[in-house]
Amino acid sequence: MTSSPARLTRSDVEHVAKLARLALSDAEITEFTEQLAVILEHAALVSALDTSDIPPTSHPLPLVNVLRADVVKPSVGRDELLTSAPDAESGRFRVPRILGEAP
Amino acid sequence: MNSSAFDIAADVRAGRVSARDVVEQHLATIADREADVHAFNLVMADVARRQADAVDGDVAAGHDPGPLAGVPLALKDNLCTRGVDTTCSSRILQGWKPPYDATVVTRLRDAGAVAIGKTNLDEFAMGSSTENSAFGATRNPRDLSRVPGGSSGGSAAAVAAGFAPLALGSDTGGSIRQPAALCGVVGMKPTYGTVSRYGLIAFASSLDQIGPFATNVRDAALLLETMWGHDPLDSTSIASPLPTLVQGLDDGVRGLRVGIVEELTDVEGIDPEVRAAVSSAARALEDAGASVDRVSVPSTMYGLDAYYLIAPAEASSNLARYDGVRYGLREEGTDIGTMNANTRDRGFGAEVKRRIMLGTYALSAGYYDAYYGQAQRVRTLIVRDFAAAYERFDVLLSPTSPTIAFEAGSKTADPLAMYLSDVCTIPTNLAGHCAISVPFGSDSVHNMPIGVQILGRELADALIFRVARALEVNRGA
Repeated sequence: MTSSPARLTRSDVEHVAKLARLALSDAEITEFTEQLAVILEHAALVSALDTSDIPPTSHPLPLVNVLRADVVKPSVGRDELLTSAPDAESGRFRVPRILGEAP
Repeated sequence: MNSSAFDIAADVRAGRVSARDVVEQHLATIADREADVHAFNLVMADVARRQADAVDGDVAAGHDPGPLAGVPLALKDNLCTRGVDTTCSSRILQGWKPPYDATVVTRLRDAGAVAIGKTNLDEFAMGSSTENSAFGATRNPRDLSRVPGGSSGGSAAAVAAGFAPLALGSDTGGSIRQPAALCGVVGMKPTYGTVSRYGLIAFASSLDQIGPFATNVRDAALLLETMWGHDPLDSTSIASPLPTLVQGLDDGVRGLRVGIVEELTDVEGIDPEVRAAVSSAARALEDAGASVDRVSVPSTMYGLDAYYLIAPAEASSNLARYDGVRYGLREEGTDIGTMNANTRDRGFGAEVKRRIMLGTYALSAGYYDAYYGQAQRVRTLIVRDFAAAYERFDVLLSPTSPTIAFEAGSKTADPLAMYLSDVCTIPTNLAGHCAISVPFGSDSVHNMPIGVQILGRELADALIFRVARALEVNRGA
């Protein structure tokens, strides 16, 4: 049996928002702290079940690697894909600075 | 405009009716009621006309356009259509035009179907009322003050309103069957792996499955039969050949063993009239020669909680791709992390953020085992309990949703109450099985449709269609 974790706090929500790359407003953090705690308390029903001998199921099919022959096939071209990009330059995606500060 | 897909295709193939006329009739119905219903994010009028003309050209040239010749088809707006906006009803994908077609879109077009529009959904298929759309809510054509269900509410409403005889949806926890029930149409979730997910924008990959909507069981069977089967572009697609569905549809239910699932029928908050409809459906099947008994599938009562850990966990991973770099919205920021976070905060709606947060939390260090790991073990229990039930029964029976269509706005402030409307449909997705919702009566107070659900084990798709057909034939009694 797995014990139920403690009630979700505001600082948990701030931490998770950072992990999920969501710049939530103060109002959203307040709202989510309340709502997620209620949902997780309901979900604690499953945390309380004795499943010590039960293996996990991650997928409905007994999947193994699906391989194919290594043959070149036509695919969507770079220029066409880059037309969907918010910003592109010289055949590449253009993004803001990636070095210097931790996100 | 009440012709079945079957009749339209037969008439178009025989040259008795032109595909162009069929499309024009449906576009006229859309022009008449779409402003009230808002089933579509995009009506593809010109594309549909060109496609219909091509079908008519084939017929004139003596070529058979295929089993869905000239049949208008509504596509849920999370299915990729080359060069045509595909939004998932999200600001983050607004204006994006996919560079390829989903496999189902290609196959159905090759079979003569005419894509008529992209239907509204709860953003990224997360919701049960089609109110979580960045582009406005869809209303139930049977009563505009009520929701159509969700997340494929636009597709269900389009079929119910006569905008198209056929539509595609996707079902992760009930997103085809629940809106089908609430709008009074047929909706089916096929066995996981039978329909290619290539080009279906991912929500929860171990649960998502594309399936059909139609006004009647035979049309739904025809639609599924035309699009399913192995696709090398989807590595989870089942490689073995699949049965035909339309042939054998009228073979009846004599000798079949039907089990009413206690945990899904005596569920908290069930409308007594919905429960009564399940009982009369059971009697109708008995009258048609089936044997009916009650059965307990105990762990299904934990399905909802397991689902609301597993699906958000998978979603939090799948939706990581919306980062403002390769396609879709970008909201500027001084460095890439800030740009990512600003883009995602502005691009996603509240329910999507809530689920990303829930899933990220359930997967995070220190909580993984108590939440995600535990939910996966409960998933195993559900698979085992279903297997035991299917030792004794050929198919199972339950309500599709505990209630009739609810009033718009009545559950938007309470996420948990909204989640509870999927309680009867979720276990099928967790097990990878198939299930179908068939209209069976209406409630006496509001005259809104009630759907009953027939559940089958993996690859029992043809069997549940047969049982659904028997219910359809006998529902007048």
